[in-house]
Amino acid sequence: MKHKMQIKLRSTLLAAALALPLAGTAQASEGAALKHVDWSFSGPFGTFDRAQLKRGFQVYKEVCAACHSIKYVSYRNLSEAGGPQFSEAEVKAIAAAGTVTDGPNADGEMFERPAEPKDRIVKPFPNDNAARAANNGALPPDLSLMTKARKNGPDYLYSLLTGYGDAPEGVVLADGMNYNHTFPGQQIAMPAPLSDDQVTYEDGTAASLDQMAQDVTAFLMWTAEPKLEDRHKLGFKVIIFLSILAGLLFATYKRIWKDQH
Amino acid sequence: MSGHTEFQPTSAPAKWLERRLPILSLMHGAAIAFPTPKNLNYWWTFGGILMFCLGVQIITGVILVMHYTPHVDMAFASVEHIMRDVNYGWLIRYIHANGASMFFLAVYIHMFRGLYYGSYKEPRELIWILGMVSYLLMTAAAFFGYVLVWGQMSFWGATVITNLFGAIPLVGDYLLALLWGGFSVDNPTLNRLFSLHYLVPFLIAGVVVLHIWALHVPGNNNPLGIDVKGPQDTVTFHPYYTMKDTFAVVMFMLFFALFVFYAPNMLGEPDNYIEANRLSTPAHIVPEWYLLPFYAILRSIPDKLLGVIAMGVAIFVLFLVPWLDTSKVRSARFRPLYKQFFWIFLIDALILGYIGAKPAEGMYLLAGRIATAYYFAHFFIIMPILGLVETPKPLPESISKPVLGHAASGKAA
Repeated sequence: MKHKMQIKLRSTLLAAALALPLAGTAQASEGAALKHVDWSFSGPFGTFDRAQLKRGFQVYKEVCAACHSIKYVSYRNLSEAGGPQFSEAEVKAIAAAGTVTDGPNADGEMFERPAEPKDRIVKPFPNDNAARAANNGALPPDLSLMTKARKNGPDYLYSLLTGYGDAPEGVVLADGMNYNHTFPGQQIAMPAPLSDDQVTYEDGTAASLDQMAQDVTAFLMWTAEPKLEDRHKLGFKVIIFLSILAGLLFATYKRIWKDQH
Repeated sequence: MSGHTEFQPTSAPAKWLERRLPILSLMHGAAIAFPTPKNLNYWWTFGGILMFCLGVQIITGVILVMHYTPHVDMAFASVEHIMRDVNYGWLIRYIHANGASMFFLAVYIHMFRGLYYGSYKEPRELIWILGMVSYLLMTAAAFFGYVLVWGQMSFWGATVITNLFGAIPLVGDYLLALLWGGFSVDNPTLNRLFSLHYLVPFLIAGVVVLHIWALHVPGNNNPLGIDVKGPQDTVTFHPYYTMKDTFAVVMFMLFFALFVFYAPNMLGEPDNYIEANRLSTPAHIVPEWYLLPFYAILRSIPDKLLGVIAMGVAIFVLFLVPWLDTSKVRSARFRPLYKQFFWIFLIDALILGYIGAKPAEGMYLLAGRIATAYYFAHFFIIMPILGLVETPKPLPESISKPVLGHAASGKAA
């Protein structure tokens, strides 16, 4: 009798534990459900699509870079293995479009020069205050790590970029704010950044809003996790090695213990 | 510790060393000839796994320090420098970050194994207490290390945790200023936590030596929880358990590798990839998963000071377990009631962990309060009473008997 009661108590607690996550989903309705994209980089064998990273960089450069920095990325990274792999000549040309302050020179003066591959990608604003002043008081965040700084980052970013729309009736937007299904609270300071054919892709891909959103998200996944391909490749070797080692060790262990059973 | 060996050095250098410092016979006695119960199951491999974890954290940590900058303006960027510019820096950092989670996973399994098989009972009380001391040091080291990243969750986690000390009457404010090195979490705080983060692992290593030393006096407990009756019950530690432990460590490495290579950020908070910003508080401040049960207990008490006390008691009650458990029988295999309550307690701890990750409101708050009450009831009411009212099953005569006759011990084996 006592025994049965304990089992019952145990299963009741278990049922309570299982029911809790369901209660959680009902409450956490901050934003609409994320749209899921089948990214080339997801899964244990995922790799970046070079052409997509190049297109994504183009979207970043021509659209996002007007307000958003990617301050942890250097121009040289753009030609490194595992990334967009632009040629070194291309990277030099890309870098030269930016201007950096260097110095002091022999006369003690700071001077300006074109950026070089060794430099960090030049920020659109010299500091946060300048960025706020130019953006109605809102600070456009650095995007280097954005896909890792949000839950389900790539899907979130893609959903956000494609999540603009008209505010439903009854929703009053604050001054200068825009309606977005995905953004927590649905009011975002950034106006819809992408629209069909906003850029002209060099590889001839049709620049639909959806295509650009995917491309720039993939590019920003690379800026957040530039060693992703190395990681996947090395992981595969490590798993194979450890599996074989474990098999050998298990056989040895069984053999050694044979006389004890 | 060296009492189990007739080790005789044969080579001239070994003889020379042995006469001056008998470290070879000590090692031989502790790690080779040491008589170990022959019936230890895989739950006993977590001691070796924990040694592996400590080693991994120290080695990767020493390398990370070579590239890390403990300054509020540079800490976050130096972590990104490690991830991007240092050769295999991403690997070292992901091993270290996930290594903390693996360390805690292993230590919780090790602790629950001790609770299930009564490994803390006479004459092993001090082994358990030394283990608890190293667990406490681990939580401190993990918290210090988490702050060093200087992301949003680092900063706000540090703010919440250090503020707990402010709840202490009379000396609270003084302690807080001492911890912060100022009037809020800032550069002096980061610097002192960095210093302590480097110190604590070596303290843990020291306590682990004592833990193993104390273990080697009575020897290992075992799944039957009965004493070793003679040499027929034991095998030498090497090669029997060195081999089994090595196999278990490699299996653990496989599990570890899945996280490092394929889900390196799954156990972390996305907010910690945003640099610390004192002007913007994250919507939900949550600690890493391994501290969530205690966080749930803290938040289930409406009063700040009482909450801090409850959390402290929740940890320190574990030190008292050898005396709260009044049963003379060690292994839960022979304790039909305790066995049930062990599993209920495990589920209760998991529920607390789940609640700790959720906002402290509505149903979560209520569930957290019930689970907190049960947590304390388990130790202060259930454990002492069970030993008095429970009728244990008959114990086997010796370890070698049930091992030889599987049919006799039934499904308990």
